[in-house]
Amino acid sequence: MNIDKKIVDDLVANDVSFVTTVPCKQLAGVIEEVDQRDGIFHIPSNKEDEGMGLCAGAFMGGKRPAIIMQNTAIGVTINTLATLTQFYRMPLPMIISYRGELREPVACQVEMAVHTKALLAQLNIPTYHFHWQKDVEEFDNILKYTFMSNKPVAILTDANFWGGYGDQ
Amino acid sequence: MIRSEILKEIAPILNPHLVVCNIGLPSQELHMIDDNERNFYMLGTMGLSSSIGFGLALAQDKPVISIDGDGSVLTNLGTLPTIANNATGNYTLLIIDNGSYGSTGDQPTYAGKKTNLTNVARACGCDNVIEVQDKDLGPVLQAAIDSDEMTIIVCKCDSGNIKLPVITLDPVVIRHRFMEAVKA
Repeated sequence: MNIDKKIVDDLVANDVSFVTTVPCKQLAGVIEEVDQRDGIFHIPSNKEDEGMGLCAGAFMGGKRPAIIMQNTAIGVTINTLATLTQFYRMPLPMIISYRGELREPVACQVEMAVHTKALLAQLNIPTYHFHWQKDVEEFDNILKYTFMSNKPVAILTDANFWGGYGDQ
Repeated sequence: MIRSEILKEIAPILNPHLVVCNIGLPSQELHMIDDNERNFYMLGTMGLSSSIGFGLALAQDKPVISIDGDGSVLTNLGTLPTIANNATGNYTLLIIDNGSYGSTGDQPTYAGKKTNLTNVARACGCDNVIEVQDKDLGPVLQAAIDSDEMTIIVCKCDSGNIKLPVITLDPVVIRHRFMEAVKA
């Protein structure tokens, strides 16, 4: 199974047509796939809170948005998630590279990984963790759940899910 | 002129259009001067007026004006390269540059010192950047809205605030009526 293609197929099938991204090595394939799809407008952001602002605007303009980012961004975006996305009740699937988990080679990434689920729980953000490739089968239902509930929803995808993280 | 005087003067120009308005006093002033369903008031999230308005402009065809401030643009400087590199003709960014953080007590911003936001916007790749003095804003704003080209307006003005109450509209109501106006 090509995970990148499966994720983007599910986005398209759920009418997600506005995707903003902040680069990540693990997510590079998905970002490339997003960029190549005709049905998706891809706009890279310089920072994740900026991207959430773009997504809020796109949603109010009638498009279904999504953001692709690293888990370190949870530390950057808490105010935006609370006072924009949640306060105005807007849906936002967040496809997140869960750095600092099993098979992570960079120690510093662990420092935000240990806070990631706690912060998401504190924000009452529904959170799913993809660890095995088969976990991606739930992605379609997670997208439906996100747009049903009008909430930000986190999908954490760790290195094991992506088949390891480069040379180790 | 101070910001509230500028907003009073341009309210008739803004009125027919979708407006995303900066957090704090700018939204409170616009709400007091001309509250209508085409205004999206930011109640939180300093810095994202330009991003929200730009996302909206990219998602549909109606003209969109983001009202921002110099302090808020400095908070989210990354917005200018994003806007520059994905330009859309139905978008106007109006930066009311009074050189101070008005909502928090008029502390000076760097835009009121050595930093020139007009030059910053141009250096970020924005093609159509106009710096204008407060009293001359009206015709420039109207021309920007009417134009097919995306325009960034930096409106230089005095710092200063008026006293007025906070917005008590529920955020979901603000969002809902705004989305109905977008669809109308």
